[in-house]
Amino acid sequence: MRKRKPSSRLGVALVAATLSAMAFSASSVHAKDNIKIAVPAFLSGGAAGPFGVPARNGAEIVIDAINTGKLPAPYNSKGFAGATASVDFVDESGGSTKQVAEYRNLVQKRGMDVVIGYISSGSCVALAPVIEELKTLTVLATCGTPRVFEEKSRKYIFRTMAHATADNVAAAHYVTSLMPSVDSYTGINQNYAWGQDSWRDFDLSVQHLKSSAKASKKLQFPKIFAGQYGTEISALSLDKSKLIHSSFWGGDLEAFIFQGAARGLFKKKKVVFTVGGTAAYRLGKKMPNGLVLGARGPYGILVRDRKTALNEWFVNTYKNRYGTYPPGPSYQYGQAVLATKIAYDKAAKAAGGFPTQEQVIKAFTGMEFESFSTTVKMALGDGHQAITENGYGITKYDNENGEPGITDVKFFPAECVMPPQGVTSVDWIKGGMKGAKC
Amino acid sequence: METLITIILDGLQYSSYLFIVSVGLTITFGVMKILNVTHASFYTWGAYTAAFFIGQFSEMGWPDAFGFVIILVSAIAVGTVLGYLIERGLLRRMYERDEVLIVLATFGLFLVLEDLILLVFGVNPYFAYQPMALLESVEIGGITRDVYGLTLIGVAALVAVLCWYGLNRTNWGKLLTAVIYDREMSEAMGINVTRVYVVTFIIGAVLGALGGAYIAPTVSVTPGFGVDVIVLSFAVVVIGGMGSIPGALIGSIVVGLMRAVAVHELPEVELFVVFAIMAVVLVFRPEGLFAPAKPRKI
Repeated sequence: MRKRKPSSRLGVALVAATLSAMAFSASSVHAKDNIKIAVPAFLSGGAAGPFGVPARNGAEIVIDAINTGKLPAPYNSKGFAGATASVDFVDESGGSTKQVAEYRNLVQKRGMDVVIGYISSGSCVALAPVIEELKTLTVLATCGTPRVFEEKSRKYIFRTMAHATADNVAAAHYVTSLMPSVDSYTGINQNYAWGQDSWRDFDLSVQHLKSSAKASKKLQFPKIFAGQYGTEISALSLDKSKLIHSSFWGGDLEAFIFQGAARGLFKKKKVVFTVGGTAAYRLGKKMPNGLVLGARGPYGILVRDRKTALNEWFVNTYKNRYGTYPPGPSYQYGQAVLATKIAYDKAAKAAGGFPTQEQVIKAFTGMEFESFSTTVKMALGDGHQAITENGYGITKYDNENGEPGITDVKFFPAECVMPPQGVTSVDWIKGGMKGAKC
Repeated sequence: METLITIILDGLQYSSYLFIVSVGLTITFGVMKILNVTHASFYTWGAYTAAFFIGQFSEMGWPDAFGFVIILVSAIAVGTVLGYLIERGLLRRMYERDEVLIVLATFGLFLVLEDLILLVFGVNPYFAYQPMALLESVEIGGITRDVYGLTLIGVAALVAVLCWYGLNRTNWGKLLTAVIYDREMSEAMGINVTRVYVVTFIIGAVLGALGGAYIAPTVSVTPGFGVDVIVLSFAVVVIGGMGSIPGALIGSIVVGLMRAVAVHELPEVELFVVFAIMAVVLVFRPEGLFAPAKPRKI
């Protein structure tokens, strides 16, 4: 029997060690202490107050709770697959071009493992090809445009809330089912993609659900951030339509409500605000009663009183820390962070250790989970786009408790307000919402 | 008839808002020959200051009518402080420079002042609805109008009369007119042009701040809400003739009324109509409708 030389043994051992290290790496069962998460949101400009800061705060309380293992069960394990998250909150202001440059900076120079956030549809559309190019897991939290997954299949992008089609389809369902006297409608929406798409979806949906309802020919599309709506309010007051649809948000929404209330508009007309939920807590008692409010899904004031352990934890933790109830964007960002943790934990369980990005993506795709206020199914966009229920209610200030309240809340199932896989939103609505399960 | 009355009132109300803001801009340009982008900052700071103090005094139980005093004091305080600091700190070093450089410098300062808003007032909105709520509403032409919005027409008329009187019936106005026509000759005649510049800039700044402070009770005062107003003000000033107060008045009325007609009758062209008017005026009267005559120097 031939004996091996010591050097030969060493070589074999090295090769074996290298191979096993590679195998170890491939299955990624090595532990990781820390992951770097970037959370972009509007921290300056007009969208900071209603969206950016509440969104940031929602993400912050959930990340803090995950790092310390203080989320309610079943999410009370520490960290993202055991790794503590260090978080950088970055400003989304400045336009799409700046966001693309900032995203490259976050990923290529600052080495972020995950990016969670984005409020503006403009940001999401501009970033989608860059995210795919840089191959970094990115979870879109709030932006609404359906285009992200309807135009192209994505691998590295997930969105954990329903897209904007659901807001307007649900608004149409609410109006046609709960307000039978409404037989004519008009709209005031900001003159950019968000406002025009919102009106289109609402108009098409109402036409499908109640073909006898007539849309006004004089639709108002003022410039975004116009601030002064005196003339538009006069035109809406003179219009014969019984209902006004608006996707106004932020300062524009609040200015319109102030000016409309002073002019008696809300006593003459029924008004549905698809993003009105963000104004409820900010305006407090100054919010008129009788407005139909949406919150871009089952979030904010619509679900404040849902008695689940997760929701009660979220509402109480947020209120104790920031002194106000969480509005919609807080829920949406918190939900995106929670979804990322669940995907990491699920992937780690399958891999038997800290997962690779590929394994996290695999775990994320098509995932279904209980979030703070609702059930989220990653059902569209080949398992990358979430669907959730969507609802509306009517404002009624709670004088007893001295806080904004809402009545006549009605939710519509996810499969009722979102198109099925493989069909674009517009085609689905135009085609008579085939397959809708209401 | 109902629609006609509404259009006229809407147009006049919007014109008044435009006039109060743009008259300050045109005075500054007429005297100092600078296109001052920080004018939007005066508007924003005026609104924030008024909204902040109206909220504070309301919480302390002061009567809502005190809000009108706060509006006036805020406009004067903001205009005087910011106007003086900007004129003395930045502009006086740039009068001999190219006009484009001055525009860029004031644009830079505008961005700085916008960020300062965030540092001082934060990102949350301010609501100062008390003065508007106090005046309630009336029924005119079949629709409800808030009285506060209608008072804007009175305020604009008062500003126009004061400007006319100040320019045409006071010694100060004569000095100002002399500087507008020929700065060098005015200096040679012993007019303290530096002082005229400072005072003029402060008056322009106070008017900009007054626009913001008076609008504050009707809006949610949020970061960035003054950006749009500077664009509209430039359009009004260009239409009326840069440096002309009657021009700013007529420009505001033309823009306000045309916009009201568009919103009521053809909303699709509302955004387009203001700038279409500006383009037409520039084609046929590049110097604007009421540009001050330029003396021929030999």
